[in-house]
Amino acid sequence: MTSPSPSVAALRAEFGTAVERHLVSCGQTVVYATRERAHDVLGWLRDTPGQEFNYLTDVTAVDYRDPERQLEVVYQLRSLGRKADLRLKVALDKRAPLEVRSVYDLWRGADWLEREVFDMFGVTFTGHPDLRRILMWETYAEGYPLRKDFPLRGHFSRAEQTRQALAANPEAHYSLEELSLAEAHGDLPQDMQERLARGERGFLK
Amino acid sequence: MGLTNPAIGNGADEVTTVAAVSPNWVTSRLDFLTNWARSNSLWPMPFGTACCAIEFMATAASRFDLARFGMERMSFSPRQADVLICAGRLPFKLAPVIRRIWDQMPQPKWSISMGACASTGGIFDNYSMVQGIDTIIPVDVYVPGCPPRPEGLIYGILLLQKKIRGETIADDMLRDEKLVGPSGLFLRPERVDELSEPFGNSVQQTRSS
Repeated sequence: MTSPSPSVAALRAEFGTAVERHLVSCGQTVVYATRERAHDVLGWLRDTPGQEFNYLTDVTAVDYRDPERQLEVVYQLRSLGRKADLRLKVALDKRAPLEVRSVYDLWRGADWLEREVFDMFGVTFTGHPDLRRILMWETYAEGYPLRKDFPLRGHFSRAEQTRQALAANPEAHYSLEELSLAEAHGDLPQDMQERLARGERGFLK
Repeated sequence: MGLTNPAIGNGADEVTTVAAVSPNWVTSRLDFLTNWARSNSLWPMPFGTACCAIEFMATAASRFDLARFGMERMSFSPRQADVLICAGRLPFKLAPVIRRIWDQMPQPKWSISMGACASTGGIFDNYSMVQGIDTIIPVDVYVPGCPPRPEGLIYGILLLQKKIRGETIADDMLRDEKLVGPSGLFLRPERVDELSEPFGNSVQQTRSS
């Protein structure tokens, strides 16, 4: 299949220049949308009869080796009813703040996917309800590991990395529900209750 | 039983003779008994993070049967465990977790680093992986392999038992808690850097590549 998905023509008719270009790669249609209209395009693709891309397979990003090339946020869409796929990309200028509107309001599944892109690439998703690191721990200070300017072994020395990791205090960054402790909290020993309260993310305060 | 020590005679008068010649008679005898008990009732705390844990499970299952060495009871509570077996690579995110588990284990305690990744970081010479758990906790036995076969782990366990049989309760240093110090590490920072140094193919890479 080398011809583009029929969604491309419909998108061009609906959004005009907000759809920048498209290409077909390995049978997969890739559509580029502008950062400003990307959320509208995605919402339209989800809700319009005949498109019905009701499943967000993945959100990820690509940073290319060429420093001049823009960083791309990738949305992989699937229409479960029509058995059709579409890939939508948003190119972000690396000299400007990396910001794009969250699609959490369209697909709840975007929650952790966008957190992962934030964690690995430093893309800020405005409107995301809980945008914090998901793979690296929350106090991780070395930057965004999947950026091409990030050295393989990280910025800090191994001793400094080990020291920071040991100081991370992981319990401090989970809610009582995440630790499955909410119901048993009253039965915990006093010192443990205090320890949980010390680093708690606003639950006990 | 293995409790008879051929070095000791069997008559009461001979015992006093031996005690007179060697003032350490009581100590060595108690050591033998203690070490015999300790080495044959090691309760492992399995810390399985990757494919090594699959081999570890195979070791505990019927074909290889870890119970033959007094280790049939996996202790999933660190407070009742004797030997921490780190089976698999350890990311920096889990470093405080394994350290907490190690600190919770009561003395006497030992640890086995199972596999290339737990021992050295293995193929994961990158930003997210601890380059050998000996930068986080003290390690008694390193088991090489990727992953080690159950025979390899059992060999490591037998080595640990041998090591325990050579210990003495008179040496307090053996039971010293090596805690995380004011520097935030349990080793000197230079030592951590030295232990984490790249080797093999990865020396071709620089920190900036």
